[in-house]
Amino acid sequence: MKARVTVTLKNGVLDPQGKAIEGALGALGFAGVGGVRQGKVFDIEIAGTDADKAKADLEAMAAKLLANTVIENYRVEIVG
Amino acid sequence: MKSAVVVFPGSNRERDMIATLEKISGQRPVSVWHADSELPKVDLIVIPGGFSYGDYLRSGAIAARAPIMAAIAREAERGVAVLGVCNGFQILCEAGLLPGVLMRNAGLRFICKEVELRVETTASVFTSGYAKGQVIRSPVAHGDGNYRADDETLARLKGEDRIAFRYVGNPNGSIDDIAGILSEKRNILGMMPHPENLIEPLNGGTDGRPLFESALKAVA
Repeated sequence: MKARVTVTLKNGVLDPQGKAIEGALGALGFAGVGGVRQGKVFDIEIAGTDADKAKADLEAMAAKLLANTVIENYRVEIVG
Repeated sequence: MKSAVVVFPGSNRERDMIATLEKISGQRPVSVWHADSELPKVDLIVIPGGFSYGDYLRSGAIAARAPIMAAIAREAERGVAVLGVCNGFQILCEAGLLPGVLMRNAGLRFICKEVELRVETTASVFTSGYAKGQVIRSPVAHGDGNYRADDETLARLKGEDRIAFRYVGNPNGSIDDIAGILSEKRNILGMMPHPENLIEPLNGGTDGRPLFESALKAVA
């Protein structure tokens, strides 16, 4: 199974890297960019066919390592 | 004083820390490899600075899950003093031994310079050699030193007198100018600045010395 874990910064957490990217997009002439938040995507290959178990495992992986829940949220999906 | 310095792949300040501990305590610290799961019986455990695992994922995130960390947590629970400097502070936060997180510097630049710190509490084995409110010099060298914690955690840190050092002139955007914090039991100190690099006149000053001397005195 292929799974995807998406980690994003929580609302209200400052993201200076996102701000810098936003500035660079403006410099390239892209008008109307109202904000950029940088996150991370993990594509994970999981053995087995039990999607519920895989999802539970991925939730645990995200909570224990992939995200720092002080500042980040995560979302888990089975993508194929 | 018996001490141990924990070394991860990518640590790079362990030699400075070992030299400092040896000079001040008269005993060479034991180097402990991150993959070990046991620590020797020591009075002080130090996690030095560096770039453990190349700062992959988040600074300190991979190192915080290394086998040695469970042993450090056990010893800390018994009351053994634990000091994390720079990457060591990041690792302690990622391991949940200290609250909060160190994010990318607000100005996005790596900062390598000398800063001033105000000693905010003398109630710990690491800060009892200073005077409350004393301003000391200390080098900093980090890209991810921007301390963040939620409002509740910050209120607890303040209410429980657990902010050890604040920056005088915040270099990295840290919330409430925080440069170093103590654990609930006050035996774990995490700080971004490098007191081990200012312990004798040849370093340009001795402001870091009382931190190690008071830890030594506490176990004597």
